[in-house]
Amino acid sequence: MIDLKEKTAVVTGAGQGIGRDIVLALGRRGADVAVIDVNLETAEETVSLLEKSGSKGLALRCDIADYSKVQDCVKEILGWREQIHFLINNAGITRDNLLLRMGEDEWKKVIDINLTGTFNMTKVVSKHMFKKRFGRIVSIASVIGQMGNAGQSNYAASKAGIIGFSKSVAKEFAPRNVTVNAIAPGFIETAMTSVLPEEVQEGMRRMIPLGKFGTGEDVANIVLFLVSELGSYVTGQVINCDGGMVMS
Amino acid sequence: MTIEERVKKVVEDQLSVNQDQIIPEASFIDDLGADSLDTVELVMALEEEFGVEIPDDEAEKITKVGAAIEYIKAHVTE
Ligand SMILES: NC(=O)c1ccc[n+]([C@@H]2O[C@H](COP(=O)([O-])OP(=O)(O)OC[C@H]3O[C@@H](n4cnc5c(N)ncnc54)[C@H](O)[C@@H]3O)[C@@H](O)[C@H]2O)c1
Repeated sequence: MIDLKEKTAVVTGAGQGIGRDIVLALGRRGADVAVIDVNLETAEETVSLLEKSGSKGLALRCDIADYSKVQDCVKEILGWREQIHFLINNAGITRDNLLLRMGEDEWKKVIDINLTGTFNMTKVVSKHMFKKRFGRIVSIASVIGQMGNAGQSNYAASKAGIIGFSKSVAKEFAPRNVTVNAIAPGFIETAMTSVLPEEVQEGMRRMIPLGKFGTGEDVANIVLFLVSELGSYVTGQVINCDGGMVMS
Repeated sequence: MTIEERVKKVVEDQLSVNQDQIIPEASFIDDLGADSLDTVELVMALEEEFGVEIPDDEAEKITKVGAAIEYIKAHVTE
């Protein structure tokens, strides 16, 4: 039903985890994808998995926290494809610590990558979407940005920031047919979460009404909806993909 | 076409206004009916037409037709 042939997507932090699942889901629907990560090797792995589905990929090393690198990277993508239809801001990190123990470096690093990185990518890519009068921007926030979490004040602030940013930009871009939305995943099984001790994981599971963790594919399905025709009348929204966690 | 004529042509196309309204004193927003988004796009169109990169702090100062012509003249050789 969802057909993304002839469309080009850019996904950040796509060398592994949720980002990789998003790339593969887009690829299976026919989209070509520029795969951005700080780790070029994993980005290349994602591209070779993507190309098995018949779509084309371009692996790029880029630190999204660095504005001038983002400019160079987007230039390279536009040399590869003349239009960028979808931007998925997925790259994100955690540096957990109680506030009283949190160093300024831990605060800054998380804000720089998660929030400023999202600003950098959105600013540079949207310029081209404007000209084409079409764009779909989806940023991966987190339920933690809505609920807060002890030990994650930096991460929660960055994710809440993404939500406010997306809503503002959605208002600015709406007249040019560029939609901007955020997805707030709950507990998704990835490398980011598998390092947590079993008892922490069990505690998290009890907070989820649906009683289980989500997968990268669950998040990717919402991305597919938002970028396709199906989601074309949706902008400025936060869609939770959290098994109901935000209600608890 | 001279730089002046080319700038005016870009303004005409971007804002869908008549040539005779496009005088140096005309303000994009107050006289030519542009909104803030239109002015951002106008600068992008000028960048494309003349192959220049206009920094954000300079772009902010380009609020009138005359300012656009002057900026381009100062940064592009005819
Ligand atoms: N896993 C979860 O439970 C969960 C829950 C809610 C939100 N999220 C969010 O989903 C996104 C993806 O999470 P994940 O679990 O797949 O994480 P992950 O750590 O598995 O993958 C993140 C990827 O981003 C890349 N990256 C890091 N810094 C970068 C930078 N500066 N520039 C470019 N790439 C960079 C990493 O190299 C890595 O490949 C993140 O934004 C995360 O905050 C995850």
